[in-house]
Amino acid sequence: MKPLVYILRPLFFAPLLGALLGPALNANAAETDVLNVYSYRQEFLVNPLIEAFEKETGVDVKIVFAQEGLVQRLKAEGMNSPVDVILTADINRIEEFQAEGLLQAVASDTLNANIPPQYRHPDGLWYGMTMRARVIYAHKSRVKPGEAVTYEDLAAPHMKGRVCTRSGKHPYNISLLASVIAAKGADEAQVWLQGVKDNLARRPQGNDRAQVKAIKEGECDVAIGNSYYFGKMLTNDEKPEEKEWAAAVNLIFPNQADRGAHVNVSAAAVAQSAKHLDTAIKFLEFLSSDNAQRLFAAENFEYPLKDGVALDPLVASWGSFKADDRNLAEIVAQHTEAAKMMDRVAFDQ
Amino acid sequence: MSGLVMERIRHAYGNIEVLKDVSIIAEAGKLTCLLGPSGCGKTTLLRLAAGLEAVQDGRIYLKGKLVADGKSNFSIPPEKRGIGLMFQDYALFPHLNVFDNIAFGVRNMTTERRTWIEEALKRLGIAKHRNSFPHVLSGGQQQRVALLRALAPQPEILLLDEPFSGLDVTRRAQIREDTLTFLKECGVAVLMVTHDPEEAMFMADHIVVMKSGQVVQAGTPVQIYFHPVSAFVARLFGEMNVFEGKVENGQVATPLGPFPIPAIPDGQFAQVLARMEGIRLVSGRDETALKTCCATTGRVEEVYLLGRSSHLHVRVPGPFGKGEAVLHVRVPGVMKPEKGALVTVFADPKQVFGFPLH
Amino acid sequence: MTNAASQTATPNVPKVPAISGWALGTLGIALVLAAPMLWVLGIAAEPSGDIWSHLVETVLSRLIWTTLALMTGVGIGTFIIGTGTAWIVTMCRFPGQKIFEWALLIPMAVPAYVIAYVYTDLLEYSGPIQGLIRDLGGFETRRDYWFFDIRSLGGAIAMMTLVLYPYVYLLARAAFLEQSVCVLEASRTLGRGPWASFFKVALPLARPAIAVGVSLVMMETLNDFGTVDFFAVATFTTGIFDVWLNMNSPSGAAQLATVMLVFVIVLIALERHERRLQKFHHTSSHIRAIVGYKLPPLRAWAAFIACALPVMLGFLLPAAVLGSYALNFYSVTLNANFWSFTLNSLTLSAAAAFVAIVLGVFLAYSLRLGRAPWLNAVARLAALGYAVPGAVLAIGILMFLGFIDNFVDGAMKSVFGVSTGLIFSGTVVAVTSGYVVRFLSLSFGAAESGLAKVTASMDGAARTLGAGPLETLRRVHLPMLKGSIMTAALLVFVDCMKELPMTVILRPFDFGTLATFVHQYASDEMLPEAALAALTIVAAGIVPVILLSYTIAKSRVSNLGAQTEPDAEGGQ
Repeated sequence: MKPLVYILRPLFFAPLLGALLGPALNANAAETDVLNVYSYRQEFLVNPLIEAFEKETGVDVKIVFAQEGLVQRLKAEGMNSPVDVILTADINRIEEFQAEGLLQAVASDTLNANIPPQYRHPDGLWYGMTMRARVIYAHKSRVKPGEAVTYEDLAAPHMKGRVCTRSGKHPYNISLLASVIAAKGADEAQVWLQGVKDNLARRPQGNDRAQVKAIKEGECDVAIGNSYYFGKMLTNDEKPEEKEWAAAVNLIFPNQADRGAHVNVSAAAVAQSAKHLDTAIKFLEFLSSDNAQRLFAAENFEYPLKDGVALDPLVASWGSFKADDRNLAEIVAQHTEAAKMMDRVAFDQ
Repeated sequence: MSGLVMERIRHAYGNIEVLKDVSIIAEAGKLTCLLGPSGCGKTTLLRLAAGLEAVQDGRIYLKGKLVADGKSNFSIPPEKRGIGLMFQDYALFPHLNVFDNIAFGVRNMTTERRTWIEEALKRLGIAKHRNSFPHVLSGGQQQRVALLRALAPQPEILLLDEPFSGLDVTRRAQIREDTLTFLKECGVAVLMVTHDPEEAMFMADHIVVMKSGQVVQAGTPVQIYFHPVSAFVARLFGEMNVFEGKVENGQVATPLGPFPIPAIPDGQFAQVLARMEGIRLVSGRDETALKTCCATTGRVEEVYLLGRSSHLHVRVPGPFGKGEAVLHVRVPGVMKPEKGALVTVFADPKQVFGFPLH
Repeated sequence: MTNAASQTATPNVPKVPAISGWALGTLGIALVLAAPMLWVLGIAAEPSGDIWSHLVETVLSRLIWTTLALMTGVGIGTFIIGTGTAWIVTMCRFPGQKIFEWALLIPMAVPAYVIAYVYTDLLEYSGPIQGLIRDLGGFETRRDYWFFDIRSLGGAIAMMTLVLYPYVYLLARAAFLEQSVCVLEASRTLGRGPWASFFKVALPLARPAIAVGVSLVMMETLNDFGTVDFFAVATFTTGIFDVWLNMNSPSGAAQLATVMLVFVIVLIALERHERRLQKFHHTSSHIRAIVGYKLPPLRAWAAFIACALPVMLGFLLPAAVLGSYALNFYSVTLNANFWSFTLNSLTLSAAAAFVAIVLGVFLAYSLRLGRAPWLNAVARLAALGYAVPGAVLAIGILMFLGFIDNFVDGAMKSVFGVSTGLIFSGTVVAVTSGYVVRFLSLSFGAAESGLAKVTASMDGAARTLGAGPLETLRRVHLPMLKGSIMTAALLVFVDCMKELPMTVILRPFDFGTLATFVHQYASDEMLPEAALAALTIVAAGIVPVILLSYTIAKSRVSNLGAQTEPDAEGGQ
């Protein structure tokens, strides 16, 4: 036993030592070929773009994915942090970084040209890349046309016991609620939320796709979900049952007659600590370029923000829609209030 | 001077003084017993001698060499003192077998040592457990292993902390004898702690009686038995018949007659102690016996047969015929007089002692 | 009769003075380990606006009740299953008993969120079970029949009980094995039948061990996020995340975490205090082998079923389901960095286990040597990482390491003009140190309880036999600790393999473990793609688990070849 310990001990230390020395040793390695990214966006959504960028430019992109904690991490690392680019899934989270002063302004004509002003920070601190809508999925036959065309319809009496949604505390739903608060004020929004809760067919559970599944299975008739899932489900060859789910429902863009469908935007920004500034800007420009935007559209079924980029035919088949693109900052501002409102109404119980 | 010398040891735990100016000598080749009730500091002395506690005040010498000095905080660590210590709970190492336990302290395992251990195992009757682990051994077997473990490194002096208290009584005597024989063969100086006076009498060449952190009396067993310096020491060796009274004319009146106490002035109170086993008993009225110094007649009240001795309660008249007293008498062998029988009791004057009454 | 109690309860080992190199070194290490938690407390000191009033008005009471209900439910469930099976397996003989000895431990290797996903797939409305019921009963929609909702508080309790009972089983079994048969026989002769002996003698004697097991379980339950999030059960921990992310208040989250920490400390202190009033010395030093009470056929089958159920529900069934998924989707898994993730998991877990053991033994040993109470307090604080939710602790580590890195960098820049950049942040050291801080309490507790068995007399005996302090450590203490150390190492290893939130936050670029891999897919309800990885986590845990069971059984009466009966000659 004893000799074994002496052999094993250094073996354990080796990887630790390696990791310890690694960053220090690499500090002065060729810097132009690397880009470091923190991403709150999920891996399977981001990876296609990363691969395309790597192929096109030869840059080695290193990335950390997480659901929380990256703001604190960047803050703790300070200016010594190796990270260049931040990617988030919605507007809220990029604002978190900005509020902590962790982003740096980027001036780029390409970016300004590609991304419409309402979807980027006025000073160039962050840029929206893609858009998606939070839509209503409705069963093709069980839901009559006109029954569920607005978010407000979901709270209407005729929808009693027919509504499914994921947890109210999920950021997607909180953003939606925030947009309602921004549009109608807190009091009306709370009434609406209560109404929706009363109409639920089951306790909020699962993710967006699971809601469509529930519609197919007959647990409910309508659900709220992000638009891109529709595309993902319809084309999922590995799990054909998802095609069945999606085939059972229609996608409805709510509130076309008034303010428009609630949208959220995935964003990208450059960190204050960026060591590879040029590459970082190049990456952002890449993301906003035709190529990438098309990929977003084709791979992820999202709505590209760059004008003139063709939608995926499937997405196009859902029609164009009016987006509720009031100042996104307002939606961000109401975020905390929305979270609290969910608690007050006890949406998930 | 070889052996262990402890000079003017004072020791306190917090505010409690456990040893107040104790001096002890344990000579080489002899077995010295520390005898006393629990809490009198005996174990602390042992731990000080071994170096497991730091000396606060006083000095300790081993084989003439200073090993600890309270004033200068000088202390040789326990592992360097060459002292063997056998613990009351044996403290055998559970992860080592018997042989490895015993061999633990042997730095240089020569053939001689190995042979010694094997022989000792045979001598003490535990040879077949050589490879067993402590937890399968009985108490007696564990005691023997602990003893051998302490002896194997050939220490200068062996300290034993109540080595037999964990054994059941029936075997205790035999094991005691075996241990003593073995120790004498080894010739090492031994300091043993016990609360059992019979054990001390049996094993010791020299007894040190302690009470409340102080040495009360030190001497050979015979000295202590026949010349106790206080009632406490006298009582150590068994139940006594106690008579109290005022000294008048240099005497105290007892049911056994007047007992001279020259050392105590008249008018003060004194106690007279008569050993149970120092009192003889004959049936009927024996005039010859009554003429001796300490005798009287009485009636048998209770008889208890204890096997090798008999314990009787005899009701006798009080001093000067006033009142009554019950004498406890222990005679060897079996004696079973009738209850209520008339007997003459007479005490051996060498086993009657007088002390001041505090 | 001198007081033996003083020799075993408070060791009078030769003490090191309070202010000495050793003591300061210990303090330093303990502070480093406690630093992340202190940082979290620091965040908690910042104001959090009206978060608290909001919480109190709305969800706080519900969070508290749900959390208490969850902890109680899981505590009771694991107690019954863990203690019951431990007793049956230790004291009785029935078909399959030898296998159950180690098999009952296997569910420990299954992460709770994995088992939650599996059973949800099976038991939800669109799952096979309900589908079968609908087919058989001709029902149309869920309103036509009753079926329990797996995604509920009850479901969460069931899931966590299934994977956490092995902790209680482990410790209860070790305790039962240690008890002398004589004590139980004494109980029998005093008129108590086997059941009564169990409840009145064996169980109370094993109480300290079982208490440790149940408190471990409750802390794991308290900190679980994956399962309750998936089941949309609102507990204190989900509340912490909610306040952190949705209400954007890290200080509020840290405050909630602090409240939780205080709660845990109070619980632990209460339990220890109650235990202090009781002594658990094994009074009968003569230990005979437990032969095992052979069960009659009917009871043997009952015992078999009682043991088989937890293993089946906690391991066999999920493994089968995952296996079937893996068969269909293994190509997806194998394409995606599977091997590097596996290597990462194994390396990090092994390294963390090693470091945790070394530090745990060091701290426990120091406490034994030194008498300073403040040392005691700091060491226990260092071991509290277990009580803080993984993600929150990760933030503490981030901030601590970031501070060190930037401090060193700043110092280097001003003195040498050289920038060292980030040294620890964002490396495997960060992740490993996260594991160590979190799981230190396991190794510290194991070392402490192992050292408690080393009496002061043994120390004294070793010293008088010529072994100095270091030699005593080497020849007496460490060998006696071997069993506890092995146990702790294996427990830490398995826990690190399953660990998720800290890994995600602290990891370097392009780095993943099996756990992050599984989570990435499973959280988007793509469990089949990650099934192979999930199975690998379980498989990597099975080997340590079997080793663990073997270690415990061996630590008891070995070498009974010599004899089992008191000998006639010279014996008692």
